[in-house]
Amino acid sequence: MKLTLEPILSAKKVNAYFGAFQAIKDVSLDVAPHSVTALIGPSGCGKSTFLRTLNRLHEEIPGARFEGEVLLEGEDIYARGMDPVQVRRKIGMVFQKPNPFPSLSIFENVVVGLTLAGVRNRHLLEETAESALKNAALWDEVKDKLKAPGTSLSGGQQQRLCIARALAVKPPVILMDEPTSALDPISTARIEELLGEMKKEVTVIIVTHNMQQAARCSDHTAFFLLGELVEHARSPTLFSNPQDRRTEQYITGRFG
Amino acid sequence: MKTELGNLGNDGLLRPLKQGDNFSRLDFRRTVKNRVMLGLLGLASLVAILPLLFILYYVIHRGIAGLSIRFFTQLPKPVGETGGGLGNAVLGTLILVGLGSIIGVPVGVASGVYLAEYRRSKYANVLRSAVELLAGVPSIILGIFAYALIVVPMKGFSALAGSIALAVILIPTVAKTTEEVLKLVPDHIREAGLALGLPRWKVILRIVVYGSRSGILTGVMLGVARISGESAPLLFTALNSQYWPHGLLNPISSLPVQIYTYAISPFDEWTQLAWTGSMVLVLFVLVANLSMRALIYQKGSGGKTK
Amino acid sequence: MRNRAANLGDRRFQRTLMALSGSVVSVLGLIAVYLVKLSWPAIREFGLPFFWSTDWDPVKDHFGAGAFIFGTVTSSFLALLIAVPLSISVALFLTELAPRKIAALVAFMVEMLAAIPSVVYGLWGIFFLAPLLRLHVQPFLSRHFGWVFLFQGPPYGIGMFAAALILAIMVTPTITAICREVFRAVPETQREAALGLGATKWETIQLAVVKSSWSGIFGASILGLGRALGETMAVTMLIGNRNEISASLFAPGQTMASVIANEYAEAESSTHIAALAYVGLALFIVSFVTNFIARRIVLRLQGGASR
Repeated sequence: MKLTLEPILSAKKVNAYFGAFQAIKDVSLDVAPHSVTALIGPSGCGKSTFLRTLNRLHEEIPGARFEGEVLLEGEDIYARGMDPVQVRRKIGMVFQKPNPFPSLSIFENVVVGLTLAGVRNRHLLEETAESALKNAALWDEVKDKLKAPGTSLSGGQQQRLCIARALAVKPPVILMDEPTSALDPISTARIEELLGEMKKEVTVIIVTHNMQQAARCSDHTAFFLLGELVEHARSPTLFSNPQDRRTEQYITGRFG
Repeated sequence: MKTELGNLGNDGLLRPLKQGDNFSRLDFRRTVKNRVMLGLLGLASLVAILPLLFILYYVIHRGIAGLSIRFFTQLPKPVGETGGGLGNAVLGTLILVGLGSIIGVPVGVASGVYLAEYRRSKYANVLRSAVELLAGVPSIILGIFAYALIVVPMKGFSALAGSIALAVILIPTVAKTTEEVLKLVPDHIREAGLALGLPRWKVILRIVVYGSRSGILTGVMLGVARISGESAPLLFTALNSQYWPHGLLNPISSLPVQIYTYAISPFDEWTQLAWTGSMVLVLFVLVANLSMRALIYQKGSGGKTK
Repeated sequence: MRNRAANLGDRRFQRTLMALSGSVVSVLGLIAVYLVKLSWPAIREFGLPFFWSTDWDPVKDHFGAGAFIFGTVTSSFLALLIAVPLSISVALFLTELAPRKIAALVAFMVEMLAAIPSVVYGLWGIFFLAPLLRLHVQPFLSRHFGWVFLFQGPPYGIGMFAAALILAIMVTPTITAICREVFRAVPETQREAALGLGATKWETIQLAVVKSSWSGIFGASILGLGRALGETMAVTMLIGNRNEISASLFAPGQTMASVIANEYAEAESSTHIAALAYVGLALFIVSFVTNFIARRIVLRLQGGASR
């Protein structure tokens, strides 16, 4: 494993629009490999939109537009001829609400990324499913009912299933859009624990509305306000010694 | 990051999950398949609307040649003579549809009002099922029903029997659109009326129904458009006639039945009348549908600005 | 409770509505009663074998509806074979692909198909579709697939094939409309899950939309079947009206609805009328059951989607 200080992901002067409305203004952000970066900010500040520009999901919304560059390992994912489908295979995503496919079993849900990519080798699929479920701390709970529908699990388990699904294709980067907002405190704690484990394998960028969560489990934190990146620093620094007045106001609960 | 799926890391983004050219050929196949299938969906949509364009083109192209005042004012001429019109059929359809509406509209509107305003009652559920199921009964069966109800006891085909068959077809259409339109009225409007101390029935009639009158009317128009094109239930109730309508207890001519009769006849004069009759029917149906559309659109955008 | 709270006017109003709308419920019952009453002589004389006997002879007053049942089933299923994939595709195009304005236009045009009177379809079928089939489509099919029994026999144009085709066009709006609702009810998060995994648009449609919609598609198809079974005029004008069962799709046939349309007004004997009413009773029951099932499926889905 090559250790490097080069950012694995690097957004350069990103602007994003919904029709005439500009949701993201000139945001540049570097993400170190094998780290957890939290995006925080009041609702409507654009943090989710920014996240969705990083795997080109933003452009799926009618009327959505993008300007700028996002480099993954030095290559612009918005470059001409770059296929968003390929990009998304390299940059996984976990959503706000658990969304396993209801028509697929637990097993099928985990390996669906591989089967889509044409992997038919049963042995490989089973091996991958097991390791992904183990990495998502779900294996012990589901190993006896892999054929049950994915939606038969509890909400917290479903979300870990979705994490396993994202991990199974072994993407270098995983984006998480408020992954615990629909979960109870115990399930939330399990997923926060998981984040620490996951960064050994992947780089995580997580949007959260919960500042404690960002402080607890991220290495870096970026604070967004009204579509702009106000401040980006190591989490302990940002939370203890914010450089910008607006950051300070936000983390001390003055707004948002 | 070395994995059994191949090197994911540092040597370029688009290197696939598995080594070798195999995989990119697969990716190529996926991309092509994607394009082809999406293209097919678009093509299917084109195929689906093609018949409409063809029908409209043919009906207007062939029908317009026979359009004249004569078409609406004269009786059809016997075989071999030129000229003539479908005046009796136009008038017959007006009578049949008019009488059918007089019978059907009150029942349909009353059902729609009940479904919308007492929607949680048990009877509303029964009524809703009945309306849906009646809408699904083939119109020819409703012809048999009207035959048994009117033609058999009165011992003769009649305009009345035809109108009753049409009324039964009209009822579910009107009931459903009325219900839909009234459901668009927000509950706070009803509550505002009740809070003024009005009894419920006055709130329903004076505020809800009155406020939705244009929507209900368009729904009625749609239903009327639909029944004016019906021929199956008229074949053995209203039958047909070569003469001007006289009385409700005699057979009567109608546009759809005349179109049917003339469509399968071998004479050019008659097929021309069939095409022109079709054009009149289709244009009426189109206008009714378009005005419904315009009204819904107007309501929708009007609601937003308020 | 509610009644006590309501005043006299309210009660009167509600009763009036119930009395008027009650005729809807009673008409449904009356249809069944009258059909049984009219067809009773035929039920007594021919019993259940009526439905598989193919001997329909008004001259000898002997009746069996086998050929019409065959015709109805064949034409309807053939129509679904064309209309279901077509409607699914159109509905997917409308919900998943088309820009909003194009979708609105296409949807409107498809809905207009449902508004065209049946007899106009028949007229168009006779003068456009049938000649097209006779001169181009059928010769092509028998030249290349003539070894299949389905495509043998002289190309009349008019016949089972033409009837099925016109039915397919006529039921497409019904099936498309329901499929559209079903696809719309699939949560956006499902599509994003698939896209986020690196699925192509088509794979997303399959994985997130179609796979979870099969029961809805089934309900839509049953509803379309209900329409196809009872469709009368266009079929009557295009199917060729011959009371026989033929293996070839080019051959003329007859459906339950078309035989009633053709013969009812001119039936002379009371047995003939009764036999036709018996066919009508069977058609009523079949379409009633079909609609009932479809309604159950679609209602359950709608309930699930909105809550």
